[in-house]
Amino acid sequence: MSRLRIPVGSQDHLIGPPTARLTFVEYGDFECPYCGAAYWEVNKVLAAMGDQLRYVFRHFPLTEAHPFAMQAAEAAEAADAQGRFWEMHRLLYENQEALDAESLLAYARTLDLDMGRFARDLSEHRFLERIRRDFMGGVRSGVSGTPGFFINGRGYLGDFSAPALLSVLQGGDVGVPDYS
Amino acid sequence: MARSVKQPDAPLPPGTPAPPIDAPVSPDQRLSLEQFRGAPLVLVFYPADWSPVCSDELSLFNELLPEFERLGAKVVGVSCDGVWCHQAFARERGLHMMLASDFHPKGALSRAYHVYREDDGVCERALFVIDPEGKIFWSYVSPMEVNPGADGVLDALERLTGTFSSEAAGGQSQQEASP
Repeated sequence: MSRLRIPVGSQDHLIGPPTARLTFVEYGDFECPYCGAAYWEVNKVLAAMGDQLRYVFRHFPLTEAHPFAMQAAEAAEAADAQGRFWEMHRLLYENQEALDAESLLAYARTLDLDMGRFARDLSEHRFLERIRRDFMGGVRSGVSGTPGFFINGRGYLGDFSAPALLSVLQGGDVGVPDYS
Repeated sequence: MARSVKQPDAPLPPGTPAPPIDAPVSPDQRLSLEQFRGAPLVLVFYPADWSPVCSDELSLFNELLPEFERLGAKVVGVSCDGVWCHQAFARERGLHMMLASDFHPKGALSRAYHVYREDDGVCERALFVIDPEGKIFWSYVSPMEVNPGADGVLDALERLTGTFSSEAAGGQSQQEASP
């Protein structure tokens, strides 16, 4: 249970150099309050680890529990298509209480996206399949809820506060990356 | 089948005929194993409605219902809660799977599958995949506080649907080391 089955690759959203010693993968849901709490902790981790860490975000929307999670994930992908994934990711997590269609359009406007294209990508559900693929990859890797974390391919089930994460990430025994 | 020694903390192993099911899923509807003949059945035993880990676990299975459908499998949740409790829980969480009540006689179904915790009066957090002929194909018990996820069940279903049609039945059970 809980080994990352889908290697990190060019299809992923990632921050940090490919040569980083550590790869930290999160399966997240934009509407999940635990992911919302983890967002701030992960930011602290990224700031503290700098170039030592590569961070990957994959979608894991639990749409039955979170009715806005899928459209929020689609908005992140639509922003990605215009090169602004991480900015949208930030806006979504910092405004978790407002993920309705109108708010998503407002965030896109804030990012100065091509609005026609953004709205079309959402209404045509252009990225739905990609999001489902992320989700199923997570399920098959043993992700059972959100946020689901992997450190160098190994499932991390512990506390996700920044100090706890940093002590594991900086503490040594996190194995070697099983992908390049 | 291999070992018939009852280990209280081991679920009924692969190859065992699945014990009969006769449990209510609503105030006026009962469930039986025969209903599922011809299709794989996933039994999700969980300790109690409303407790946080259970809810996450069921949310995940709920989310995956289309995937189970694609594999031709049915999913039924089981706990020792009563049908009215199940009903309120399912409505509140938007659960679309059937929830069987092992409330009276309490724990009878869980006991039959070797997943009842006598000391606690609840069932284990356990998963079973039952093959189309009513034999246990895969089983797993998770620590109470750990959501087992769905990877083990999906792996088992893929093996089952991949092998079952070609291999003539014959209890070709693959004993899974705990994932």
